[in-house]
Amino acid sequence: MTLDERLENVAVLGAAGKMGSGIVLLLAQEMARLKVLNPDRSYHLYAVDISEKALDGLMAYLRAQAVKAAEKGCVMLRELYKNRTDLVENYDIIDQFTNDVGSVIRPTTELSMAGKARMVFEAIVEDEEVKIRILKTLDGLCPDDTFYFSNTSSIPIHILDEGVGLDGCIIGYHFYNPPAVQKLAELISTQNTRKELIDISHEIAKRLRKKIIPSNDVAGFIGNGHFMRDILHAVAEVKRIAGTFPGVEGIYAVNKISQDFLIRPMGIFQLIDYVGVDVCQLIMKVMTAHLPDETLESDLINRMVGKKVIGGQYADGGQKDGFLKYEKNRPVGVYDIDKGQYVMFDMDGWTKKVDDRLGPLPEGWSAWRKLLMDPKKEEKLRICFGNLKTMDTPGAELAKAYFKRSEEIGKGLVKDGVAQNAEDVNGVLTNGFYHLYGPINDYLA
Amino acid sequence: MKRMRKPVYFTAGYNTVSFGSGRKEFHPKKPRPGLEHYINEAGKGVLEQISDPDSIDEGVIGNFMAARFNRQGNLASLMVNIHPSLQYKPMVRVEGACGSGGLCLTTAVKSVLSETADVVLGVGVEVQNTVKAIYGADILAGAGHYAGERKEGHAYFFPAKFSDRAGACYAKYGHDKVRQAMARWYEQAILNARKNPRAQEYHNRIDDLFAAGMTPPNPRAFCEHINIYDCSKVSDGASALIVASEEGLDKIGIPKSRAVELAGFGVAVADITQPPPDQTKMTTVAAAVKKAYEMAGITSKDVGVLEVHDCFTIGGILELEAAQFVGEGEAFDFVLDGKTRFDAGIPTNATGGLIGFGHYTGGTGVREAVDLIHQLTGQAGDSQVSVPSDRPYGLMISMGGNDKTVVSCIFKKTS
Repeated sequence: MTLDERLENVAVLGAAGKMGSGIVLLLAQEMARLKVLNPDRSYHLYAVDISEKALDGLMAYLRAQAVKAAEKGCVMLRELYKNRTDLVENYDIIDQFTNDVGSVIRPTTELSMAGKARMVFEAIVEDEEVKIRILKTLDGLCPDDTFYFSNTSSIPIHILDEGVGLDGCIIGYHFYNPPAVQKLAELISTQNTRKELIDISHEIAKRLRKKIIPSNDVAGFIGNGHFMRDILHAVAEVKRIAGTFPGVEGIYAVNKISQDFLIRPMGIFQLIDYVGVDVCQLIMKVMTAHLPDETLESDLINRMVGKKVIGGQYADGGQKDGFLKYEKNRPVGVYDIDKGQYVMFDMDGWTKKVDDRLGPLPEGWSAWRKLLMDPKKEEKLRICFGNLKTMDTPGAELAKAYFKRSEEIGKGLVKDGVAQNAEDVNGVLTNGFYHLYGPINDYLA
Repeated sequence: MKRMRKPVYFTAGYNTVSFGSGRKEFHPKKPRPGLEHYINEAGKGVLEQISDPDSIDEGVIGNFMAARFNRQGNLASLMVNIHPSLQYKPMVRVEGACGSGGLCLTTAVKSVLSETADVVLGVGVEVQNTVKAIYGADILAGAGHYAGERKEGHAYFFPAKFSDRAGACYAKYGHDKVRQAMARWYEQAILNARKNPRAQEYHNRIDDLFAAGMTPPNPRAFCEHINIYDCSKVSDGASALIVASEEGLDKIGIPKSRAVELAGFGVAVADITQPPPDQTKMTTVAAAVKKAYEMAGITSKDVGVLEVHDCFTIGGILELEAAQFVGEGEAFDFVLDGKTRFDAGIPTNATGGLIGFGHYTGGTGVREAVDLIHQLTGQAGDSQVSVPSDRPYGLMISMGGNDKTVVSCIFKKTS
């Protein structure tokens, strides 16, 4: 069965979730494109979720995102609709494509509706037992040759394969958040994975314009393999510097180091909030369960979840408060876990004092956003980090330690056989996390 | 050869800020001023420079597509809103796509020459940030032939038309030279815009402008032969001025030293249903400029300052050939040699041109005239170039569509 034939019936589980909704959007666009090219065939995308309310929100989200995607891709869409003489202006074409995307989607809370699917993408809760139970149910409904794509970011694929009994018809297909924007998909196959499924996975990536980076089937894979250990380093640093940067100062300082000094898109604590503090805790638990020699756990993370201060996003994409407090999606305060309240950045000039104690940014520094599209990015990074190397301010020392640990984690992923090589580690961080550079580099050498 | 029956003067020019992306205060999701604001600001900016608003006999407003960008027609009537003294006076709106501003000027001139007016208020306006660029491209495509070429046309219709011209020039004159000249043009435009606080690119802080200008095109998302730096931006703004007879200048209390004299003008229009006869030439621009030179009795050697219609870098460069500053195929080296720079032989687009200052389409022709008034009367501030006494003329080109509706005016110093 060809990919085009499989794309006639597709299901996404957890369709209204953060990852699921993005996956629905990507697949629905491709299916709409096929529908235009093959008007005599039918294309159905069963968007399955347990929450009807969330599905209502999903349709509004999809329409808005499909319009944005069509506006961005209008050059190609004009070619797609070149035979439609009634569609002349960009507006006509964007409107038609948006309608075509909507027409393939079948939102439902009934899992049985997905019984015709020849491809199932699951993006449900990161819980091994739940995933196995749902996939088992669906396996009983779908044709035998249905392929399953799991968006798990931590559970080994062979565990799901064996738990459900899919005999190699499942593969790890880990999109990054948000799926419609991030270029990366980590592909996790096992020794048992069918070759046809691997081939189709690469073909889908081309259609969805994703860059595939293979990861071996080790809990956490490359992405969370780096991210979770990065978190643990950050938390440990907060504890280590508590003498000079007590309480919220430590979180503020380490967040600033990881964002500004390292020129990343956001600080580590903002990233934890973006993913969800509870999600990070869950991923660490899964990884710990499947990694024989390592325990990934953080008292600070556990305490935050215990206090239900967990970040994540609102339905409209707005950032919920977590380690940091947000206004218009920008950090404005830090959570004081002992007092159970936020300390605002602008209160009594404390952040300025921390900034002063950390010291200046290196000579030649530019903000992440400014460097993102700069053709001389590499040269500028080299100059900036070259200067960082020579500095001995508290901020520079923290940044260098952060740099070093990030590199150790990256090299560890290669050494432990999670990643095939350093290039794949760097590729995941640059394509999936929007970093300007990979952790394995010679900037401070 | 046509001659004007009496002297006509241009004075009291005013440009608003060219507003849009690039300006620090611009935010696409925040409320912005509308048509009324820009028309009133520019109009009042003129009235403040003259002694008596009652002396205005007529008004002309140049605008391209307010009916679609702003859902507003009957703009002549909106012009009356500038000042109560304009009530019940003759007003007219003219349209020739992005050449509407140029047509505004010549329409005002004709009123003075026909002696129905001694003082005419000319305004050019466009407010385009009401829609996203992809929909604005639809609206601006109205400057092409809708029935004949829109369906087959590109999503970014006009950028693609000038991308085709760039591609033809690459093939004819060599890719690298043409590409580099276009990047230099961009660099020059931004450097000039940084001198003018009203320019849309005034806040531009790109370190290496030439490198930005050399960005490879991305045909999947944009055009085959040009990049975004080759294009003027989406702009909101207006410009206004007075066109007057000698008697008119007296009525509004403006000495000749603060005015420029229209030495000649040319209008040329080509068939919109036909493709350009040669993608590497701007033949309609050439026709309009030739008429203007003949009326003024001068050649390009007499021109000391220049305003060309560089909606796209390639367009600005080809207009140098059409306006006879260089021969066929020589404009690229001319630009690469820096001959059009602010301090060089023929300073071109001293406030940034359409690429740097901005391009409020229907108002741009008026903006060019205002800038030449300022240059020739020494009122251009930090944008002032040196206009040699033996070359006291300023020339402008206002173009609508893909070299279809063109107005060229030549002004000279009065003292």
